[in-house]
Amino acid sequence: MIRLSWLQFRAQAVTAAAALAAAVVVLAVSAPHRALDAGASHRLYMAGIVVLYLTPAIIGIFWGAPLISRELETGTFRLAWTQSVSRTRWVAVKLGLTGLASMAAAGLLSLMVTWWCSSTDQRNPLGGYRLSALLFGARDLIPIGSAAFAVALGATIGLLARRVVPAIAITLAIFVAVQVAVPLWVRPHLISPVRTVVPLNLSAINAVGSSFPENSLGVGATVNIPGAWVYSNQVTTPGGSTSLGPAPRACISGATKVLPAGQTSACNAAIGRLHLRQVVIYQPGSRYWAFQWSETAIFLALALLLTGFCIWWTSRRLSR
Amino acid sequence: MMTAVIEASGLGKQYRRTWALRDCTLAIPEGRVVGLVGPNGAGKTTLLQLATGLLTPTRGTISVLGEPPAVSPAQLARVGFVAQDTPVYARMRVADHLRLGAWLNRGWDDELAQRRIGQLGLDPKQRAGSLSGGQRAQLALTLALAKRPELLLLDEPVASLDPLARREFLRSLMEAVAEHGTSVVLSSHLVADLERVCDYLVVLVASRVRIAGEVTTLLASHHRLSGPRRDPGTLPAGQDVIEESHTDKQTVLLVRTDQPVHDPAWAVTPVSLEDLVIAYMSPASDIPARRPQLGVVS
Repeated sequence: MIRLSWLQFRAQAVTAAAALAAAVVVLAVSAPHRALDAGASHRLYMAGIVVLYLTPAIIGIFWGAPLISRELETGTFRLAWTQSVSRTRWVAVKLGLTGLASMAAAGLLSLMVTWWCSSTDQRNPLGGYRLSALLFGARDLIPIGSAAFAVALGATIGLLARRVVPAIAITLAIFVAVQVAVPLWVRPHLISPVRTVVPLNLSAINAVGSSFPENSLGVGATVNIPGAWVYSNQVTTPGGSTSLGPAPRACISGATKVLPAGQTSACNAAIGRLHLRQVVIYQPGSRYWAFQWSETAIFLALALLLTGFCIWWTSRRLSR
Repeated sequence: MMTAVIEASGLGKQYRRTWALRDCTLAIPEGRVVGLVGPNGAGKTTLLQLATGLLTPTRGTISVLGEPPAVSPAQLARVGFVAQDTPVYARMRVADHLRLGAWLNRGWDDELAQRRIGQLGLDPKQRAGSLSGGQRAQLALTLALAKRPELLLLDEPVASLDPLARREFLRSLMEAVAEHGTSVVLSSHLVADLERVCDYLVVLVASRVRIAGEVTTLLASHHRLSGPRRDPGTLPAGQDVIEESHTDKQTVLLVRTDQPVHDPAWAVTPVSLEDLVIAYMSPASDIPARRPQLGVVS
């Protein structure tokens, strides 16, 4: 069965190998200039991010979705399932081989791009951080996990849709939705964040204002934790309340005017007498690998779950 | 004692609301070339797919060579199947299909496969997608034969072939069967396709076995009687009317009987297999009392 799966997969493997080889050439040739923050180099940097997001999607729709649906659509499953091999084995080997190949392809690409971009990433050209939504999914391990997930998702949809083209369309839609949902709603909850409460440093204040007509004080302050992914950053009273009370006289000019912090030392001094706190909820940058591993593990677990579903559905449900 | 290669009891298969096969009970004896004949929609394809395990019954049971279909790789190895429209992998070469067979079947007879491909004049390098219908059917048959099954099931194998390819296909099927003593069940909606090759016939109409038996026995026990107009009810016991037609003056009957017909009023002529099957397929013959017993298997 492994040899048959390889025979069926060979053409796709050759295509993938050619694409990887092309990527190696482009990245190797441009490597000496990769630290430059201009023109072609920057475009290549951005292209690397795009390619690493696209690769698992392409793998999902071109390797995963047709894997079973094409056999169902063309009727060749009737040939395959009447050989002396159980359906469980048929699904497991097909999906296993394609899944491992997709992980290898995405892994190699991610390794190369991550290396190429490493020096640029440190300069943080996109104003993000290593844990940012955009960069994080296009570096290191995540593409491996999402490629495996994409193949299993495509195979599952193909098994249920039984037709190649609908399977491709549905797989793409679901995969994109997952790619959007994970950074927005899943990743923030993978590890519980750190909460720090520190006395407000007056030099960190970057905005002071008051509301109208209640005249309650509003204070904004910067966070200086390198590499951190900040969930929330609030200024509170010593008691922990976010309503800071009436604005001190020194901070009001006219009826309702926002004054840049530090512009009037009197205002700053008045704020200082309030003994405000700064409460920051964040993920330290040092948790980068913990996040990489746990998110990859989630994708791999989903892939295994879907594979199990495919096996069960093929051997128990499809013939009903 | 005769054993059954396929034994079904109360077998039914339901797709959402419609029943593709309903309450089917039959036993197909081993060592025969069995024609499974019936009109479109009788449930032939469903029955064969249930027998290969490609479908699971909604009701009832089916056993193939004494085991549930597709219960294990060993059971799968004992049954060869050529599906309707003979699916092959369009992008794979002929030779790849033989490798596929060798990889997936422990009992694969590569010498047989290579010899057949050679005899058929198929180019091993040709992609299966560019084969003609007849060649594709032959490739699918080669895969099924080289597996060396005890039972070979073919679903409408010649339906899409032209007359020449049809004859060629059946000839090579019969050669292989004669060589290895395989039991064969092949379905068709046209008895003419099967007349030449079958020695046993099962007529399936609306999921029911209408008649089953040795072709020679069937032919010997059915007669066409023609004579002056007469009420079929006056026939002696043991003569079952399968089909009747009357004009003002004349009556023509198709009668099943194990006894010779002595009444001098009748002109007795033999019946062709095709006429016989068509008579059983027609709705008028669906009278339970006259339905012959399902024979032979015990």
